[in-house]
This record gives sequence, C-alpha cells and structure tokens, in this order.
Amino acid sequence: MAELMAAGEEPEILFWVGCAGSYDERAQKITRDICKILHHVGIKYAVLGTEESCTGDPAKRAGNEFLFQMQAMTNIEVLNAYNIKKIVTGCPHCFNTIKNEYPGLGGTYEVIHHTQLIQDLINEGKLKAEGGESFKGKKITYHDPCYLGRGNGIYEAPRKALEVLDAQLVEMKRCKSNGLCCGAGGAQMFKEPEKGNKDINVERIDEALQTNPQVIAAGCPFCMTMLSDGIKLKDKEQEVKVLDIAEITARANGL
Amino acid sequence: MVAQILFLVLTLAAIALFTVNLRKIIRNIRLGKPVDRKDQPQKRLMTMLRVAFGQSKMVVRPIPAFLHFFVYIGFVIINIEVLEIMIDGLFGTHRIFNGLGGLYNFLIGSFEILAFTVWVSCAIFLVRRNILKLKRFSGVEMKSWPKSDANYILIIEILLMSAFLLMNAADAKLQLLGASHYINAGAFPVSQYLMNILPSSENALVIVERSCWWFHIIGILAFLNYLPYSKHFHILFAFPNTYFSNLEPKGEFTNMASVTNEVKAMLDPSFVPAETEPGKFGAKDVTDLSWVNLMNAYTCTECGRCTSVCPANITGKLLSPRKIMMDTRDRITEVGQNIDKHGAEHQDGKSLLDDYISREEIWACTSCNACVEACPVNIDPLQIIMELRRFAVMEESQAPGSINAMMGNIENNQAPWKYSPADRFNWAQES
Repeated sequence: MAELMAAGEEPEILFWVGCAGSYDERAQKITRDICKILHHVGIKYAVLGTEESCTGDPAKRAGNEFLFQMQAMTNIEVLNAYNIKKIVTGCPHCFNTIKNEYPGLGGTYEVIHHTQLIQDLINEGKLKAEGGESFKGKKITYHDPCYLGRGNGIYEAPRKALEVLDAQLVEMKRCKSNGLCCGAGGAQMFKEPEKGNKDINVERIDEALQTNPQVIAAGCPFCMTMLSDGIKLKDKEQEVKVLDIAEITARANGL
Repeated sequence: MVAQILFLVLTLAAIALFTVNLRKIIRNIRLGKPVDRKDQPQKRLMTMLRVAFGQSKMVVRPIPAFLHFFVYIGFVIINIEVLEIMIDGLFGTHRIFNGLGGLYNFLIGSFEILAFTVWVSCAIFLVRRNILKLKRFSGVEMKSWPKSDANYILIIEILLMSAFLLMNAADAKLQLLGASHYINAGAFPVSQYLMNILPSSENALVIVERSCWWFHIIGILAFLNYLPYSKHFHILFAFPNTYFSNLEPKGEFTNMASVTNEVKAMLDPSFVPAETEPGKFGAKDVTDLSWVNLMNAYTCTECGRCTSVCPANITGKLLSPRKIMMDTRDRITEVGQNIDKHGAEHQDGKSLLDDYISREEIWACTSCNACVEACPVNIDPLQIIMELRRFAVMEESQAPGSINAMMGNIENNQAPWKYSPADRFNWAQES
C-alpha cells in the first residue's frame, strides 16, 4: 500500500489479509489464492503488508475492550491515512469487526468478505469455472462460519461461488442459520476447551462426514484449522479435502 | 347479589395483586443500566408483529410450533369469552353476548373447538416432558421448581379448558331441559359429547354449571397471579421483548464508550474526555447489566432451544444459555426481594458471577450466536456472557492463562500469535 501511495495511485480495493492469513501456513495458501483471483480478473488491489495489525477481534470476544479499541483505533488511523474506501477480507472475523465495530470508532468503509467478492465477479461474468481442475459432480458440503452466517446473514454468496462449479452441493443437517460452530470463535481458538465429552470440531466433522463429501468447503481460516484437525483425527485426509472457497475458485480457474 | 359482590371483590383483588407484582418486576428491570432501544420504531414494530404475534421463529421446529400455535390462538381468542364472563359476573346476566345471534353461536362453537385443541396440545406437551422425556427439557437447570413450574402451567391450562367445556355441556343440557335463566344460546360442537356424563336433574346440572363457571374464572384470576412467579410470563413479555430486541447484525458487539474515552486519551494526550461517572467495566452482578438483559431474563420461558443448539452444551460443557437466563432472573428477583426487605442500599455480598454463573461456563462460549438465533422471542444470552467476561478481564485480570498469552501477543506483536510483526508480509514471498 505504501508503494502505491508513493506512486500517487489509489487501489480499487484493499485486501485485508488478517493474522491467520499472514502467519498461519495453511491460511497463507488461501491468502495467495485470493491474490491470484484478484490478479486474474484485473482488479487493482493493495495490501497493508507489515502495516496491518490484528483487528482486535479475539481481544474483544475475550472481554478485553481496551485492547480491542487500541487495535481498532490504530488500524483506523492507518486505513484513513491511505484514504481506503473498500476492503475485502479473507476472514469472517476481520470482516465482522471492520464492517460493524469500526464505524463507531471513526472507520467507515465498504467491507466485503472474499466469498462475496467471488460471487460479485461471477455475477458480472468476470469469473467462471474454466481452465482448471474440474469439480463437476463432486460432492461438496459447505460449512457456514458463524461470523459470516448468523453474525452477518451471508449464506448465499459462498454457495453461489460453489454452484458455478456444477458440483453436487450437499447440505449438512445443521446449516445456514442453524449451522454448528467449528469451535474456534469467541477466542476459543487460543485456548483449550473446557471440560466436556467431545470437542466441538469433532462433532462438526462427524456431521460433515455423514454427507459423504469429497470436499468440505470453508470460508474462514479458523474454521479451516478446526475442520482440518477434525479430518486428521478421523484419518480421512486422503478421501476428504478441506478447502477454502477461494482455493476452490482458484483451482477451478487453473490459477 | 352476593355472588356479584363476591365476583367484584375477587376480580379487583386479583388485579390489584397482579399490579403490585408487575410493578415490582418493572422496578427490577429498571435497576439495569440504560441502553437506547427506541430507534427505528417502525422496524421494531414489524419485528414484534413478525416474531411475537406471528411466531415466525417457532416454525423451525414444526411439531411444537403447531401445538404451541393452538395454545397461543386459544389463549388469545378465548379471552373474548372471558370478557363475557366478566360482564355476566358483574351484572348477574347470563351469556350477555347472546344478542349477536348467529355470530354468537359461531363464536362459542369456535371457542369450544379451540378449548379442545388447547386441551389436547397441553396433554401432548405433558407427555413430551414427562413420558417421552425430551432432552431439551432436561439439564442441570431444569430440576425442582423449573420442572414443576412447567407441569403446573400445563395442568392448570388443562383444568381451565376442562371446566370451560363442562360448563358448556351443563349449560347445553339445561337449555334442553328448558331451565329458566338458561336461554337458548351458543353452539356446542365439543361439549355436546360430554352431556352424557353429567347428571340429569336440573338442580345438579345448575351446581355443575355454576361450579365450573366459578372454577374457570377464579382459575384465570389465580393464573394471572401465578405468572409473576413463573416462567410463563413470556405470554406478556414476549411482545415488549421482541420490540426492544437488537436490530443490528448479530456479529456486532457494542463498543464501550467509557473505554473509547480512555483509549483516545491514551493515544492522543491532548484529548480531554467529557466528564463521565466512573463505572465498572462489564458486569459482576445483575445491576451491571442493561435493562434489556434483565427484561430478557423475565421473558425466558425455559424452552431450551438455545441450549439445544449451543455447541458447548452439545459437547458436554457446563455452559447452558438457558441457565444463564434463569440465573439472571433468579438473581434479579433476589436483589428485588432484598430491596423490599432491607431497603435499596442493602448488600447481600452475593453476585451473578460466581454465586450463580461460574467462570467455567462463561469461558466455554464460542460467541457463535446460535442461542440468539434459536430464541423464539429474541432473547440474547450471549450479551450477558460477554459482559461477565468483560468484568473478569478488565476489572479482575482473571482470564484463562492462554487467553492472557493471546492478549499479550496482540499487545506486543499485533497478532494473537507470537510472530514478529516484521514477518507479517512473508506470505507473499513463498509459494
């Protein structure tokens, strides 16, 4: 972003990568695929690079409003300094926080999640599913991330992105507004679960496996971790792939 | 004449007692912190009409929705009959609305059919709770009083409907006998089948008819006064509760204004915050919660839809969103009783956090909003959990160790993990 600014240019959209997308090895792949998609359709985008920092979401959900607002205001200062208007995020948690909780602190932007971007590109005819891996007829089940689905009512965009594949979409019993959490939200990602009789991600994977999928589609780096761990635990890594919608889109287009 | 005076006294006493108890509950709700829920009145009205009147969130589970609909419609419609009973009771008349003619017959006939469907629905509800033992109605919080409360309500409703139908059956039989005072009025599609079990003498029939009439109306007045002690309060509070419910996206949590001032002052030394009274961060006790949280607690009818979709509860953790609401209600009731007995300044040394809700419960929440989505009357247990977490973290610095580590990382490395900020852009190099 700093380079673009120095060249006196403004991006069409800022890609907010997020901490998971920046540091988590698995999520880095998703980040690169989102970049490939942006590049493929010729959108002029920028990232903040080392100037990006945590949105404060996990701190807020853990109850630390101080730390959240410190992060939020620092980020808003950076975003406003670059005159950012539109943001796409690779993470529903970043998406929710910037979209809903930043405006009250002085940061108002048009914020979309990457699955919405993909849906828009498909609707505009700029993105198809051709030239790459064929998902035709494959059984795909989509896991709704809480902060995209229930949190913000976005259920259709990710499904639209999958429909274009001509794959066989199967819904889990608990889906859309009734979707079951992967177990990572509310800062659970960073702690051991409380005493119980099952891990939440295992409960979810059991349900996903009941649909006999070849692919479990995700839209959140935390869900990705939880679902992948579940699949590993069930020893199903060979038969079932857990892929982000961005990865599926990139593969289908041979990017 | 004696009967009329007795009726008047009973009715006035019941209304007075109910008013006293209702005012106490409203006072208790007002002990909560202010929150503005008066914006967008049109949208609020629509939400209330859709969710409370229209029962839109009940349809997710079709069987209870169907049965509940009968009980709900029965309750609303049969109240027209109560109006007639009131007038008859006060003026010593009999079936005063008889003048409506064909319409009256239609109304009484409909009431009978509804009374029958309410009866059957309540009976099925009892079977679901006590014989089929549905999982949703069990759980640690559903022992003792809450369990009996639910059964009492269903039994009272069955008794009220039985009295109503028996009364009509006796009335119909008296009409056939041509008894004086019992004018020919009403249609009796259900109670006609009960006529055979009734005695045939006119005197005995009058006793049955009068007993049922009195039982029915005294039952209704008693039930009205049972409400403030019961989970059944939802029949009234569902309406304001949905009207004042959160209209923002569920993922959005409130930004605390008190914190904003401090953070602004920290980041910009020249910033002078407006004078605000120093308050607590988050909630330790019910009076630290907002009045909407407290109204939520009084509205909860303990149906358990929240708990049955809670990922923590499903996987055997201690957390149950229904228990969060029941604890909040029990504690605010206790605080209210303390005020009544010992005055407003009394402290009993107890609090919602720890004495009612444990740390283990609040830290098990994934903030997934499934409980909020599932509630048929828009109750928000998540907000209470978050306020308790805010207190634990900001007032006491009492978070689980790994959460403290995560927050330390954000402070030092601007990421929840221990990575160097300088490495944040490394993802672009590899592939």
